[in-house]
Amino acid sequence: MDRIDAGILLALLSFGANAEDSPKPTTTKPPAKPTEHGPIYTAPPQPLPEPEKSYLPLFTLNYPRVQIPFEITLWVLLASFAKIGFHVYHKITIWVPETCLLISIGLIVGAIMHSVHEQPPAVLTSSVFFLYMLPPIVLDSAYFMPTQPFFENVGTVLWFSIVGTLWNSIGVGICLYGVCQIPALGVQDINLQENLLFASIISAVDPVAVLAVFEDVNINEQLYIVAFGESLFNDAVTVVLYNLFNHVAELPVVDAADVFLGVLRFFLVGLGGMLFGLVFGFVAAFTTRFTRKVREIEPLFIFMYSYLAYLLAELLSISSIMAIVTCALTMKYYVEENVSQRSCTTIRHVIKMLGTVSETLIFFFLGVVTITTDHEWNWGYILFTILFAQIWRGLGIVVLTQIINPFRTIPFNFKDQFGLSYGGLRGAITFALAYTLPNTIIRKKLFITATIAIIIFTVFIQGISIRPIIELMNVRKTNWKLGTINVEIHTRLMEHITAGVEDLCGQWSHHSLKDKFMRFNNRFIRKILIRDNRPESSIVALYKKLELQNAMEVLDTISGDISAAPSLISMHEEKASNKSSFKPKRTFLASDLTAMHEILSKNMYKIRERTMSYTNKHTLPNDSRAREILVRRHTSIRRSLRARSFQGSESARSQKYFSLPLGQSLDTGYATESIRLNADGDPALELHNRSVRPKPRPRSKQPRFSTTRARLDPLQELHSTVNMEDEVRAEESSHRPSRQSSSSSNSRSRAPLQRHSSLGTPSVGEDDPEGDEQQLESPPPAWTPEPPDRGSGGPRNPLLRRAQWKPQDK
Amino acid sequence: MGSSQSAQEEQEYRALAERTGFSLDQIRNLHKRFKHLSHDEETLRKEDFDEISDLTPNPIRSQIIDAFFDKRNFGGNEVGRVQEIGFREFLTVMSHFRPLRQNLTEEGIERIRREKLRFLFNMHDKDSDGTITLDEYRSVVEELLSSSAAIEIETATAIADAAMLEVASVTVGEMAPGQVYEGITFEHFLEILKGVEIEAKMHVRFLNVDTTTVRCGKL
Repeated sequence: MDRIDAGILLALLSFGANAEDSPKPTTTKPPAKPTEHGPIYTAPPQPLPEPEKSYLPLFTLNYPRVQIPFEITLWVLLASFAKIGFHVYHKITIWVPETCLLISIGLIVGAIMHSVHEQPPAVLTSSVFFLYMLPPIVLDSAYFMPTQPFFENVGTVLWFSIVGTLWNSIGVGICLYGVCQIPALGVQDINLQENLLFASIISAVDPVAVLAVFEDVNINEQLYIVAFGESLFNDAVTVVLYNLFNHVAELPVVDAADVFLGVLRFFLVGLGGMLFGLVFGFVAAFTTRFTRKVREIEPLFIFMYSYLAYLLAELLSISSIMAIVTCALTMKYYVEENVSQRSCTTIRHVIKMLGTVSETLIFFFLGVVTITTDHEWNWGYILFTILFAQIWRGLGIVVLTQIINPFRTIPFNFKDQFGLSYGGLRGAITFALAYTLPNTIIRKKLFITATIAIIIFTVFIQGISIRPIIELMNVRKTNWKLGTINVEIHTRLMEHITAGVEDLCGQWSHHSLKDKFMRFNNRFIRKILIRDNRPESSIVALYKKLELQNAMEVLDTISGDISAAPSLISMHEEKASNKSSFKPKRTFLASDLTAMHEILSKNMYKIRERTMSYTNKHTLPNDSRAREILVRRHTSIRRSLRARSFQGSESARSQKYFSLPLGQSLDTGYATESIRLNADGDPALELHNRSVRPKPRPRSKQPRFSTTRARLDPLQELHSTVNMEDEVRAEESSHRPSRQSSSSSNSRSRAPLQRHSSLGTPSVGEDDPEGDEQQLESPPPAWTPEPPDRGSGGPRNPLLRRAQWKPQDK
Repeated sequence: MGSSQSAQEEQEYRALAERTGFSLDQIRNLHKRFKHLSHDEETLRKEDFDEISDLTPNPIRSQIIDAFFDKRNFGGNEVGRVQEIGFREFLTVMSHFRPLRQNLTEEGIERIRREKLRFLFNMHDKDSDGTITLDEYRSVVEELLSSSAAIEIETATAIADAAMLEVASVTVGEMAPGQVYEGITFEHFLEILKGVEIEAKMHVRFLNVDTTTVRCGKL
């Protein structure tokens, strides 16, 4: 919450701070002095001029003082509400991109404003846009750029974004200039420079909507990353060109030297920005090395450094977008290892939020401006603009692909090319650039109109139709969001192999270069930049992440168990009983939660838990073993934490749940759900106890039970029948024997396995098509109908347990 | 090189190109490298590989080298190991790393994918029994992680275990009822790496490649 607040505040501050061209807040009134007819209150009519002047006014309005931030807040709020609204009905955003909806809302608001003759706030000036709105947008895309695929395709990305943008600007500009010579259109006064300027504006593609679609349909990674990277870097190119042409447009005559200097400057600006970004990225990373003691302001460094890079680049008139992009790309990797988990989340959220706010505002504003300003509509010019933009985009992609394809290992086929060129939507930046054109350009209005036309054309027509077309064309797809350990291991394995083979062939190329860089990175850069500089393999990182995820899920499960599940169960069991008794306990004390988090996080990264259960895992495809340990640990925590307050009905109820007979509450969907959650953990407590029970089970009769039994067979957790209070300790001590069991019981495990598989795995099989993530995360259905053993189960453990829980019961 | 010799060589290259799908340029290039590695001998031995200094820091160096001496990777149906390999074998192993050609059919891609995965699988499966056992998997993961000193062997083992569990959890449902899960079979291997575009990732850009993406081999 406060993160968001802070973010909005920041955005507001930035707006407010910049509002120097807007009416300055009127001075605060000296309170004691009598005012004559309140001249200080300017705009709003006020009931102030009272005869009795000497009194202190009780109620005053000081609208001008707050006007700018106030209005901006309202705008941001309105836009954000619109965003909420879009997601109320999920299907809208699938078929209609959000940008379309935003523009539509803007159009509606604009219509309302137009009908009451209200002018839109004149906040979008050139400096506001370039200093406050553009950086968050660019930082957002740069920070969330998937690094690895980007560097794999960096050549293509740069090729398309730099050469492609140049191609588009020059091609469209010259063509438009040609069209301008037709007298019938009546735009002969637009000269070549202005046409080029305009063309450079509209050649910036901004495929936010398309990227969302690409992501949704799992398009192949190469296409996605090229579209992503292109949009990012061609912003930079466009802005450079924009400034260049803006400058050139003012020149009376352009000669060869100017052209040469322009080209030179183009590269200087781009490379200079990159250098700046690189330096600041490393400095930022280096700074976060020392922020361990000031975690609260850790995220601030990231924003300040990237902004500083941007501002300094702007100061030196080198490409500020390049600077901030390179800065973000450079520091991301190192910073995220240095800062705490929380700061990392904060950084990501704030960046995302600022970027979204900026973009939302621009789109929204576009809708409003479309209605409220008077346009200069020139059919010919606008239609030709759209036509040429499409043609040159398509042509450019095809030609550039032909050139780059031989250098790519995975060449773009025709469908990919189509996807790329059709995905060339124009967006927020295009509009903002056009809107902030200097007033010296005579045909500014026409340019704005044409820009709005092309944005609306591409966003609405292409943005809406691209999903069906992509799906219809069956563009090559991959599911590139796999996060399994095996995939990670093999990706790394492949990298090493290919690097090795390249070395074998004695040639340097992508993989071996990357290998060398990584080695250099591990040996030098990391040592300098990262506090805890042991290099961590991505496999281990992923593994930790999965562990964390798992633990978090368990925690969720538990809190669900505590709050929702028992109450549901009790509702099932005894509707008559006073439900209100457990209601107040649904909320956990914050301190309890933190304590649990702490204890969990301390014990989380215990791989032994997994290892221990390894041999059994063949029979049960989930990590319930690790979970149940956590659950048990948690149970004891819970009890120790809330020794007093927790003893009431709730524990009793969850205890009752343990003895719930099969099928009783499996009928209703919600109940099933909650039981699944529980089945994940709590019944396992009993299974533990059961595993030491001497009585053998008739396997054929109760397949599920013997499944679970087989699963638990090699466990050596005899301690687990001891008191719950001791469980944490027992648990810890049980790691050691189990460690051996996992390695040594390879052969031993076969017996239970065989037993299991001879049963035909009734429900596991059904579940499998859901895929492996599903299975990793959700408890397998084999657990769902768990409790039959309860009735048939040996009386010993339940008694034991009940005896244990009894004191709480009463 | 004498002219007659080069003519003969040319002939040989052509045959090899037919067989492995490399272009003549690439073969010539690789042959040069082969000669360099083997010190102008006809065959390569393991020691020759050990001399490649670039390869030394590679964590799975021994696995890579072993792959070149594994008969399973030579295209025949033999199993076992050899002590030294000729250029033909060298090239055959290398051909597993050819990039995809354009305009391949779905089946063609699938076949190449299987070939590449088979190569990886063979790398895991040291004893050639058709399954990757836990121990085999562990050793690979350990080697893979050995480059970062911070990771103790226990972690590596645990990760291998977790990965194995994952395999089991993905594939166990698909197993026929009478089977016992002993290790990763090739089918399971395919299954778990279903999402990885191995055909797009496991490739080496062999030099003089510019024409090969279009016309290398007509398998």
